[in-house]
Amino acid sequence: MPPLPESARATQPVSPALCPNCADPLDADDRYCGSCGLDLTAPAPAAAAPPAAAPPPAAAAAEAGEGPATDAFVLAPPKPPRAAPEAADGDTLALGVAVPGARPSVPDGPVCVACGLGGVDDDGYCEHCGHAQPRQRDHQEQELAGVAAVSDRGLRHHRNEDAFAVATTELPDGTPAVAAVVCDGVSTAYRPDDASAAASAAGRESLLAALERGTPAEDAMRTALMAAFDAVTALADEEEPAGGVPHHNSPACTCVSAVVTGPVFTVGWIGDSRAYWVPDDRTQPASRLTEDDSWAARMVSAGLMSEAEAYADARAHAITGWLGADAVEVDPHVAAFQPEGPGVIVVCTDGLWNYAESAAEMAEALPADARVRPLHSARTLLGVALDGGGHDNVTVAVLPFPAAVSRAGFPSA
Amino acid sequence: MAILSKPNVPQFSVDVYQNEYLPEGGREVNAIVTVTSTGGGTTGGHPMPGAASGAQSGPGAGVVIMVDCSGSMEYPPTKMRNARDATAVAIDAIRDGVAFAVIGGTHVAREVYPANGGLAVADPATRAQAKQALRRLTAGGGTAIGTWLRLADKLLSSGDAAIRHGILLTDGRNEHEKPEELQSALDTCAGRFTCDARGVGTDWEVKELTGIASALLGSVDIVADPAGLAADFQSMMEKAMGKEVADVSLRLWTPQGSEIVFVKQVAPAVEDLTARRAEAGPRAGDYPTGSWGDESRDYHVCVRVPNAGVGQEMLAARLSLVLPQPDGTPQVLAQGLVRALWTDDMAASTRINPQVAHYTGQAELAQAIQQGLEARKSGDMDGATAKLGRAVQLASALGNEDTAKLLAKVVDVVDAPSGTVRLKARVADADEMTLETRSTKTVRVKK
Repeated sequence: MPPLPESARATQPVSPALCPNCADPLDADDRYCGSCGLDLTAPAPAAAAPPAAAPPPAAAAAEAGEGPATDAFVLAPPKPPRAAPEAADGDTLALGVAVPGARPSVPDGPVCVACGLGGVDDDGYCEHCGHAQPRQRDHQEQELAGVAAVSDRGLRHHRNEDAFAVATTELPDGTPAVAAVVCDGVSTAYRPDDASAAASAAGRESLLAALERGTPAEDAMRTALMAAFDAVTALADEEEPAGGVPHHNSPACTCVSAVVTGPVFTVGWIGDSRAYWVPDDRTQPASRLTEDDSWAARMVSAGLMSEAEAYADARAHAITGWLGADAVEVDPHVAAFQPEGPGVIVVCTDGLWNYAESAAEMAEALPADARVRPLHSARTLLGVALDGGGHDNVTVAVLPFPAAVSRAGFPSA
Repeated sequence: MAILSKPNVPQFSVDVYQNEYLPEGGREVNAIVTVTSTGGGTTGGHPMPGAASGAQSGPGAGVVIMVDCSGSMEYPPTKMRNARDATAVAIDAIRDGVAFAVIGGTHVAREVYPANGGLAVADPATRAQAKQALRRLTAGGGTAIGTWLRLADKLLSSGDAAIRHGILLTDGRNEHEKPEELQSALDTCAGRFTCDARGVGTDWEVKELTGIASALLGSVDIVADPAGLAADFQSMMEKAMGKEVADVSLRLWTPQGSEIVFVKQVAPAVEDLTARRAEAGPRAGDYPTGSWGDESRDYHVCVRVPNAGVGQEMLAARLSLVLPQPDGTPQVLAQGLVRALWTDDMAASTRINPQVAHYTGQAELAQAIQQGLEARKSGDMDGATAKLGRAVQLASALGNEDTAKLLAKVVDVVDAPSGTVRLKARVADADEMTLETRSTKTVRVKK
């Protein structure tokens, strides 16, 4: 690493989690954002405002003291080095702040990701252009030993209504168990984002508790789906607005989980989120492990239409099974598999599989080294969905099989 | 300045009704904003005429009654008598401790009580003296309303009242000063006090009084029969006494590159505020709303925002109620957010918010009535029939029963749902003026 000038080093943010411009995740030693190219060593423009600048209104100053109340960014801009105000001043041009008169209003808090000019108000909107700031759920990633998951808002939806939960534990006999739960909120329902978050969290907890007690994986899976169902149902009873219009659309979501336990893995689902098996040996066929609770799948299984006809129909994606107080029937599907060789399980929402519907397409999209780089693979699959148009929220979890928990971690780059 | 101690300031709440979903390329965001103020001081919502509220230290409110004393008030002679009686009733309704004065208006303005260049503080003795003074009111002379308003302003500003209100009664046109003089008086007084206007009889000009009430953020109505004056004055005074906080502004923040199409009060009456904007910092402007008691008003805000792609979310407007403090910093009483979300879900973006639809209809109703009556006056009978027919249709569909009754006095309704009407050959002046004056009155969305 070439030596940095003293001032630049001082201003280097203390490992910001996200890029202040595009919210892309950053590594601690990044000097530029890998996605948008923002110079991370430059102080944020807000910080550059010297004390001599026109004093902001009292209200703004008070606000700045407390920092943003929004959950948008964890990133607080670095404090300016008092020693080099002139240099800092010049550097702010990196963001193109050249509008005269805009300067005094540039706040001390985070700066809008859309226009780079305004501050962010307490409600999470830009004070200049009004654009909503990225929220924590817009893009989430998590990697544990043996599983990685990525969730993204996509390109056409205004919020991320998907959610995931991943976990590792041990069975009573010491066998490692790795689980992933992926949920997709039903957009037409009320509070779909809360539904998916509640379902994934409840499903994960129930699954872990049951496995740790020694419950067989299939039973644990069934119990976990019902626990997720109960969590979503409970949302419908919450805060019915007093005297307001009752919501006819109870919170609802789909759910798919996979858990690897020793030589087998178990998949459970309700709705149209899917799981795929992709063997390491790509000469072997990949396979889809779940059967959608959807109109199209029902038509095909009843022999009324061919797959091509059914999926071409406008009603194809109407789901016939979901988690929610208004679910017609709750039928948790559970299946266990014992593959012959190593591979990965891909657990995803329709935001991904719409762009890689068949098992063969999914296998093609998945990097060859998926088993050793699950997070990279999950990101690659997200890229496939976004390149395809990103019409829906995208969530994907990748679980290597057999479980790779004995290893400390995975190379991150 | 009187300090409004905190417990006496009502609690304001803001509710926003809108469909925040816009189609791809959509730019216009409509929202209905309901502002409600509740739970003010001890008398909030229960203004008792003459009730002792001696706890108030110093006059918090000032009110001036302007009575038309022009020559025409003598014909018929009951008119002047009724005006005197009504003013007496209004004086009785003034709460103890409130500063007040009475002005007799002709082509010049004359102080009737207390006639010392200032205001009297209401108590049983001053109320009795004021009523005595009313006996000296005689009719004679012309009408120059601008001079009355200027005097009212002078008297009100002589005291330290925070809530300043006027009540104006006239029976004729503003004939003895130029329209520009009235306008200049209104410009001077706007924002300094609020004023309700009442027209008695049928010889006054609806547009003139509507203009005065509108500029001074008050109500306007017709009292066709002078006998009804007393009751009307009493209710007006009680409303004025119920006000607890003055000079409240509706502050509207909109994002860079957006454009405000309009800002209207839509309930209890339609009042376009778009042109009344006063800049208040970057991208923000204040619209005056006058003084508030326990009440609820609705505003329709329409903003055109810069286009953004599907999946984007933007704050289209931030509405806050602000109260200027003595030290110049505004106090924010409540706020609401108007959002814009671009979606490719047609079901979401084509949904029409019932509140927005209702008040769009209410505004069209007021306009249809005004245009219909205008057309009728200018002899365009076809135009009048079409407009008034549309008004009947809207009034019936939206549930404006009072307006429907007033319309039925001007047209024969053949079929209300389809808006089929015939113009009446003979229409009483009072009926036509009543309809015109009350055309902006709205009803709220049916629960």
